[in-house]
Amino acid sequence: MEERQILDFEKPIVELQKKISDMKDFASGANLELTGEIKSLESKVDKMRKEIFSGLTRWQKVLLARHPRRPYTLDYINYMTTDFIELHGDRYFADDKAIVGGFAKLDGKPVMIVGQQKGRDTKQKLYRNFGMPHPEGYRKALRLFKLAEKFNKPIVILVDTPGAFPGIGAEERGQAEAIARNLREMSILRVPIVIVVIGEGASGGALGIAVGDRVYMLQYSWYSVISPEGCAAILWRDNAFAPQAAEALKLTADDLMDLKIIDKIIDEPPGGAHNDPEGIAATVKSEILAVLTELEQLSVDDLLRQRLEKFRKLGVYQE
Amino acid sequence: MDWFKKAKSGLTGKEKKEIPDGLWSKCPECGEIIYTKQLEESLWVCPNCEYHFRIPSHKYIRMILDNGELQEYDVDLESKDPLRFKDSKKYPDRIKAAQAKSGLKDAVKAGIGKIDSIDVSFAIMEFSFVGGSMGSVVGEKIARAIERAIEREIPLILVSCSGGARMQEGILSLMQMAKTSALLAVLAGKKIPFISVLTNPTTAGVMASYASLGDVIIAEPKALLGFAGPRVIQQTIGQDLPEGFQSSEFFLEKGFLDKIVNRSQLRETLILLLKYFQR
Repeated sequence: MEERQILDFEKPIVELQKKISDMKDFASGANLELTGEIKSLESKVDKMRKEIFSGLTRWQKVLLARHPRRPYTLDYINYMTTDFIELHGDRYFADDKAIVGGFAKLDGKPVMIVGQQKGRDTKQKLYRNFGMPHPEGYRKALRLFKLAEKFNKPIVILVDTPGAFPGIGAEERGQAEAIARNLREMSILRVPIVIVVIGEGASGGALGIAVGDRVYMLQYSWYSVISPEGCAAILWRDNAFAPQAAEALKLTADDLMDLKIIDKIIDEPPGGAHNDPEGIAATVKSEILAVLTELEQLSVDDLLRQRLEKFRKLGVYQE
Repeated sequence: MDWFKKAKSGLTGKEKKEIPDGLWSKCPECGEIIYTKQLEESLWVCPNCEYHFRIPSHKYIRMILDNGELQEYDVDLESKDPLRFKDSKKYPDRIKAAQAKSGLKDAVKAGIGKIDSIDVSFAIMEFSFVGGSMGSVVGEKIARAIERAIEREIPLILVSCSGGARMQEGILSLMQMAKTSALLAVLAGKKIPFISVLTNPTTAGVMASYASLGDVIIAEPKALLGFAGPRVIQQTIGQDLPEGFQSSEFFLEKGFLDKIVNRSQLRETLILLLKYFQR
């Protein structure tokens, strides 16, 4: 594992894990009986991990959400679905690689699945534009949502973006209009919509594909009106205050549960989703299937009424 | 021209004012020196270059609505501090300061008015209140304005002036975008007209929700519009932005506005459109 792929607070855990695996190698090579020692070290790792992860700051959770080994949308699609057929293009301008989507089956159940996609190495990161969609990405997503509606398939959305792309082309092609339209149109799509924030949920770039019947968040994902860096740049006039901004913004899954914005937190494997991508994908899949079964009991009218009510009631004020 | 300079430094003290209060005013766009009284008569539009000075919401109400009257609703809505947000200032202190400065409870006024005797549900944002930013109160008042339009089956007119969602209310501010846009879907379903008027500036969370969803979208000349702020874009792409980028004229050219309307023509334009919308 490359050094830069380990976060600072993960280091003591990773070091101890390495010690255990060295000891296992040594024991088998030298034919020694070290099971007891290994067991005690393993329980030490568990204890240490629990201690570190129970005391994570909001900023550390942001770093976990951005972990270079964190599973991305296509990883989930690979692990969770069969017969995925990716569909491309917004039919107006281009195919945005920062948003992927298509039909797929979850335990044989056909769904439309759409999400932002990040890249893992430099080449892929550029290809995916760091998971930052242009207007054509939001328009592609809406096209796929309407396709799902037309053929009566539920919609599964995975959110993972550092934001909608702020660039000249994005403005020229109406980034604001594309997001606004999605917010309005998604609120009246006549099929169930389940959203899972799997990593980063930055602002309008996230919300642009996140209006639906249920909004879930992974334990170490974040969702906010602005990125901690963006907030720090404006209010502290310095990006370096991102950790303070993360605290102030209350952007973790726990925070959003407390604020009654989301419906559920999906717990991650010990140490975070990147420690067991297949495991977290299985959990996410079973959560999605369970809630789809529930939502499919509702009539379309009830579904839409509840969806509107869900967003209508959000806001904290006095009068 | 030393005496003009002096007058200017008096205006740009610690509280930056958009509307000059001296006898003479200088247009920030073309530098023209204008007799303030004349500027007021021209609705705070520079007679030389048509620069639209930013004006407070009550001046728009006077300009647009019959007899300058808005029957205001939800005047007592006030923000709370759900995040207990603190940067250099505590959020409640920021709100109190804005309230004291503006005499308003938050960054929007909403109610019922008439335009050429046609009842409209009308809301107008106030930039001087924390940059016209949208938190729970703005979102709720806009939502109720949309609902009043639906209940009474009268046209909706929203005049926007906002830097976007209010950071100090975090995710709750973001959700106001979804809340207002979802209600606009209901409004559209009932075929009730919605005219969105954009003034300088209308950006980010407001532009990426209701402001972009009008049946007709009108902007004042040379307003700054768009999703991302110019500074953010500049930092991201690492190069200078083209001249006139993100102006009303730019977005008209790109196809995202129906019309750019001079302030002096705004009321007449709204009347004409409202008549076309009548069935």
